[in-house]
Amino acid sequence: MDKFAPVKRSEDGQPVRYLIVDDSVFARKNLARMVETFGGQVIGEAGDGISAISEYERLIPDIVLMDITMPQMEGIEAAEKIVRDHPSARIVMVSSVGYQENIVAALQRGARHFVQKPVKPEVLYEVIKYVMRDDGTTVRTAGAGA
Amino acid sequence: MRMELIQPFINSADAVLAQGLESPISIENLSMEEEAYRRKGIAAEVCLTGEIEGRIIFDVDRATAVQIASRLAGVEVSETDDDLVREAVCELANQIIGNAVTTLNDQGFHFHVRPPIMHTSEQGSKGSEDTEAMVMCFNASGGNVFMNVALRYHLQPTSERSAVAG
Repeated sequence: MDKFAPVKRSEDGQPVRYLIVDDSVFARKNLARMVETFGGQVIGEAGDGISAISEYERLIPDIVLMDITMPQMEGIEAAEKIVRDHPSARIVMVSSVGYQENIVAALQRGARHFVQKPVKPEVLYEVIKYVMRDDGTTVRTAGAGA
Repeated sequence: MRMELIQPFINSADAVLAQGLESPISIENLSMEEEAYRRKGIAAEVCLTGEIEGRIIFDVDRATAVQIASRLAGVEVSETDDDLVREAVCELANQIIGNAVTTLNDQGFHFHVRPPIMHTSEQGSKGSEDTEAMVMCFNASGGNVFMNVALRYHLQPTSERSAVAG
């Protein structure tokens, strides 16, 4: 996997803290592996929308990576409920179902961005940097680059 | 079955498998399924509801599934790690079918995708007059990957209905 310059929180220089939400354990592991190469820290995981909401409340992560098609409660509904209570929540939808209506619905309900599966690390990295913007900083290290 | 329904699945399987496995993929066979589907290995099923209804079974022989899981996980996956191998097949099915569904939705077919579930029975339902089933066989990582697509139009696509309505 490519070497990426770590993205840190600008307020304290600590790693960006992620909550990963996907009904597939396999997909969660892959996303976790990917964000760790960006210098991030996975602080929680959830397998459906309902757990995502309770995990968000408990952990208050910097970024949520949220699947759409999940059992019990889908990702768009979970994103809407999280953003309603936490307007500053940064939620990035990560789904294989990326048709226009779905993307528009997710963004209208408070998601900050959309990444289509299969996820390319370089695409997710740029999205993370964009979503963090003023609250994130890229730390240049020897040999690091995206 | 109309080719406009099938082509997105072929294109998506080709793109997702090639990207995930980092090797070229070839389509070995494409045929109408007249008998009930017989599972070949580790299989996941995704159901669609809406203007198009039906199901897609994504089926990978065991040895190939282990290779695919290892490639996708970036670590060697043991043949005995059934859960991880099944998860990998489900996730790959989710990505391939999700990408195909995206194309179909953008073409005006509106429907909903359910999360993938493991297809454990030996047989699947067979095609009927209104639900044709097509089987595609791809060669990937030296093994075979099968996709059985059984879909029917529940309604005309929205774009055609709008055109008729004027």
